[in-house]
Amino acid sequence: MKVTSYLKPQTGGFAFTPENEEKAKGYIARYPEGRQASAVIWLLYLAQKQNGGHLTDEVVEYVAWYLEMAPIRVHEVVSFYTMLYTEPVGEHVIQVCRTTSCWLRGSDEITRACLEATGVERLGGSSADGRFTVVEVECLGACCNAPMFQVGDGDYYEDLTPDSARRVIEALKRGERPAPGSQTGRLSSLNEDGPTTLKDTFPQKAKGTAGGAAGKADKSEGAGDAAG
Amino acid sequence: MLQDKDRVFLNLWGQDDWRLEGARRRGVWDNTKDLVALGREKIVEIIKESELRGRGGAGFPAGIKWSFMPKQIDPARPHLLVINADESEPGSCKDREILRNDPHLLLEGCLVAGFAMGAHTTYIYIRGEYWEPLQRLEAAIVEAREAGLLGKNAAGSGWDFDIHVSRGAGAYICGEETALMESLEGKKGQPRLKPPFPAGVGVWGLPTTVTNVETIAVAPTILRRGADWWKALGRPKNTGTKIFSLSGHVNKPCNVEEEMGIPLRELIDRHAGGVRGGWENLQAVIPGGSSVPCLPKDICSEVLMDFDSLREVKSGLGTAAVIVIDKSADIVEAICRFSHFYMHESCGQCTPCREGTGWMYRVMTRMVQGRASIEEIDMLLDVSYQVEGHTICALGDAAAWPVQGLIRHFRPEMERRILDYRKQASAAVAAE
Repeated sequence: MKVTSYLKPQTGGFAFTPENEEKAKGYIARYPEGRQASAVIWLLYLAQKQNGGHLTDEVVEYVAWYLEMAPIRVHEVVSFYTMLYTEPVGEHVIQVCRTTSCWLRGSDEITRACLEATGVERLGGSSADGRFTVVEVECLGACCNAPMFQVGDGDYYEDLTPDSARRVIEALKRGERPAPGSQTGRLSSLNEDGPTTLKDTFPQKAKGTAGGAAGKADKSEGAGDAAG
Repeated sequence: MLQDKDRVFLNLWGQDDWRLEGARRRGVWDNTKDLVALGREKIVEIIKESELRGRGGAGFPAGIKWSFMPKQIDPARPHLLVINADESEPGSCKDREILRNDPHLLLEGCLVAGFAMGAHTTYIYIRGEYWEPLQRLEAAIVEAREAGLLGKNAAGSGWDFDIHVSRGAGAYICGEETALMESLEGKKGQPRLKPPFPAGVGVWGLPTTVTNVETIAVAPTILRRGADWWKALGRPKNTGTKIFSLSGHVNKPCNVEEEMGIPLRELIDRHAGGVRGGWENLQAVIPGGSSVPCLPKDICSEVLMDFDSLREVKSGLGTAAVIVIDKSADIVEAICRFSHFYMHESCGQCTPCREGTGWMYRVMTRMVQGRASIEEIDMLLDVSYQVEGHTICALGDAAAWPVQGLIRHFRPEMERRILDYRKQASAAVAAE
């Protein structure tokens, strides 16, 4: 039997920071010994973030070296999944959902508003100052809160109108992190007029209320750190 | 209508605390060791008897699926339970609410289901975009470990059990069980041929069962309250409760838990404030997520929301993601968006799907404009049948069905568009 051989990973000068190294070890420990390749997506997220938002050949091959994988296997993974970027992206990647549930409720206008407000000329492009990238993506799984977009690595802005979309972007421009979730203030995917079931479980009136506030507090704990 | 006392998801919208304390208040983790004490066989038997069907789309009987795992545990080949939290079906957003608002409900389910399958380890594969649910899930696992509900002698049951989270990175296909297993192994998510089936050879070659979040989350409640309670809800073979995601042209989009077999019209009117502009303004409903064929208004007025009723009208319950389309919308474009989705999400492994999804999308974009010939409608239908059933996984079928549903119910609209386009084109020529 021929032993499979491959060219050595060309890792360049890239290496995990000590914090990321620690996180990487934690992820690898989730899988049985010898199955460290399973942690590849976790490590690619870490590397992507450390590298400023996108992956280069050298970063990918560093991950391959780290996990003792053939570089081509990691390149395959990178090219397969849409959340791993191989080209530089803006500081904020705005991903507007375009699939039917969002489209029925006006995602086209949201896309237009995002392009205007960020100054990005075409979908997939970035603004001249490099702060924003705008793309259209397929269903993000928040269909009861359509239309919506995701910013970066998981901040959902839901129940948008062109105006509220612009407001979110203006806040991002000012360096703020607007509160994610429904932009009309409703509680997750509850009927906006209030509950049709389980009315007893709501404190007084349903709209907004305690649950929403608690949700926001929870989010800020791990803000901007997808590693958890 | 389902009564509040028969609901499983008591914190569906996050109106209460999602953490362990809140979950305990709602009865989660209440004497879980008694459920485990029922024993492997008894648990599977109760689930079988309850006629619970998988909530991930295909509706396979859950108890039967659980029973496929080997009875004897070979120490060299430990069993695995894998939770499919890669919810990406357009229209579907129910698992997200479970994951972020009631994660302990899922964790408890993992313990009893995992025990019933002889698994000491569970992996929850969550889609990459679900960042908030991921944070809460991870936090809930830490809480459960600290409280002794996971780990050695989990919840005092005598069974060692732990749960790990694995994260995807934006590929719809990874919701297909064998693609999910590939992704979990650190590969690109391309489905595997079956057989071998996962219960024999799954993740890392170990016996594996992959199952949806909602299916597992309801299991402890069924065990507590008994198969008869669950069976009394819904209709035979279509039992229990279900979370419905109501989106699109309804007045008040929402997620809601209801009884299986509720009439579609009642579901929309009662919980989502009705169709925008009234029932008469309804054009079509996609009753189970993008993969199932759409239904025109006259069928929607009558149909019941369960697996078998929807199958009778040549559609399906899928993930119970109800997408409502009113008369103001372009139905051809709505389906064309799905064709684009499937083209984008095809993994590229099987030729009929890789080439067919792109072909169907390109023809569909012309159908939207009417820039086609009448014969091409039949050609499109024919190609959809060439894709359906000729691929390793069901993505090919899922890409074909919406197009077939459109042609079945809206052929006159497609024809009208083609004739209009021709008229305009010839008028333009005449004007020159």
